[in-house]
Amino acid sequence: MRIFDPHIHMTSRTTDDYEAMYAAGVRAVTEPSFWLGQPRTGPGSFRDYFDALVGWERFRAAQFGIRHHCTIALNPKEANDPDCRPVLDFLPRYLAKDGVVAVGETGFDSMTDEEEEVFRRHLGLADEHGLPVLVHTPHRDKAAGTRRTLELVAASGLPPERVLVDHLNETTVAMVADSGCWMGFSIYPDTKMDEHRMVRILAERGLDRMIVNSAADWGRSDPLKTARTGEAMRRAGFTEDDVDRVLWRNPVEFYGQSGRLLLDDGEPDTTAGTAPAPSPSPSATFAGNSVLRGTRPDTAA
Amino acid sequence: MTGSAPAPGPGPVPAALLAEVRAAPERIGVLFPAVARVAGRGPVRPADRDDPADPADPDGLLAPRIEDRARVALLLAAARAARWPAARLAEETAALYRFGDADEKRAVLHALDPLDRPDGRAGEGAEPGAEPLGDAGLPLVADALRTNDPRLLAAALGPYAARRLPAPAWRQAVLKCLFTGVPLAAVAGWEGRADGELARMVADYAAERQAAGRSVPPDARRILALFPRPE
Repeated sequence: MRIFDPHIHMTSRTTDDYEAMYAAGVRAVTEPSFWLGQPRTGPGSFRDYFDALVGWERFRAAQFGIRHHCTIALNPKEANDPDCRPVLDFLPRYLAKDGVVAVGETGFDSMTDEEEEVFRRHLGLADEHGLPVLVHTPHRDKAAGTRRTLELVAASGLPPERVLVDHLNETTVAMVADSGCWMGFSIYPDTKMDEHRMVRILAERGLDRMIVNSAADWGRSDPLKTARTGEAMRRAGFTEDDVDRVLWRNPVEFYGQSGRLLLDDGEPDTTAGTAPAPSPSPSATFAGNSVLRGTRPDTAA
Repeated sequence: MTGSAPAPGPGPVPAALLAEVRAAPERIGVLFPAVARVAGRGPVRPADRDDPADPADPDGLLAPRIEDRARVALLLAAARAARWPAARLAEETAALYRFGDADEKRAVLHALDPLDRPDGRAGEGAEPGAEPLGDAGLPLVADALRTNDPRLLAAALGPYAARRLPAPAWRQAVLKCLFTGVPLAAVAGWEGRADGELARMVADYAAERQAAGRSVPPDARRILALFPRPE
């Protein structure tokens, strides 16, 4: 089983997670920019965060055999903070970078006018930069938020296949299916969606435009939920090819629209799901820093 | 690196991209990061080799990589087309560096030398429409020299630093190269700029290594050889 986790916040996770993910078959991820639990106090904090997403985190993932991509945006929650609004001014510089595969997460948190204005700006930026869009749907008033999301997408003129509407459940999947947008499901230990409900949705609606992610972050979550969903699909009678389509080919097709995926072409990875993670190279460094401690090679010798 | 400006005519950047930046130089902020997707990336094949990469220089410490050359050419084209005054040139260059990832920062560092002598000849003023950068690039050099990234250290020590970096900072930078394994060959003009004080610092460093039972890097010996001391 090879897995592309299309939504996971690895900056919040440990190297143990990277090793376990690799062992479970994860070979690529996309890390959407989002809020950090602790509110930021200004745009400089976002710059450091975005720099880490295109820099250090990509390096860290690579040390464990995983290709790391990211999406960049001013997240819906902090779109409401006027102190953070200047982030919009420098988003274009980041949206131009390699490995940035979508604008996101954008969308609604509390359904405010500010969130809507920033969401519209993001849709325009996606058009300008030829990028897909990753849309977060709200925890509260989800159905209304999803409906308004789809109205804004339609009004933007972006083709629906460039938009992934995430965190769906049984009550919101139908309207997104009808819109032509991609459907994202975050498989969590308790909330949002679990792997068994997910399998039922796949059985009812088919695999077209279906995206499964762990959305693992700093909260209670599980970076192996993508693999668990694959196992649940097998038990429910889906074929290996079905599992590969949902967990690899679909996210590759969606983010591939950016033209900026950092994947090796061709050969399926036959070790996926069976091999332990590679050991970090003792000589590899990012800006002179390594993921190891106390074992720096003596470069001057 | 040679430090020479990119050749005119068929160069490292596709003509359409050059035309785009000349028509709208203020778009350099989004064209500069994206350039490798159009112009390609990787080590430049040495003239005397058939294989695509130089195995001796995979990180482009000795010679700018394909994407470095393309970014330098793009920034020069923007600066010349926009006829930016020196202050604006400094501002745009600093923003590209500050918002850049390591690859983009490295390219900005490589661009400092040609931006400082836009007509290709040091010290003889600028061609119409482009003012020389002057000392405005020194804060970027200083930032790169604070990192431990060999790619940035090497790029920071090109002809611009050889010409403009004050001696104490330049000596510290050369010493840092010895510590971090950046080859001396990457330091532009080191033979001309090395002085007695640098030799003293390197001699102390060599003595420290010998006291610890460790080897002295050949590059340290090359510096010391320029300043033979009576025993």
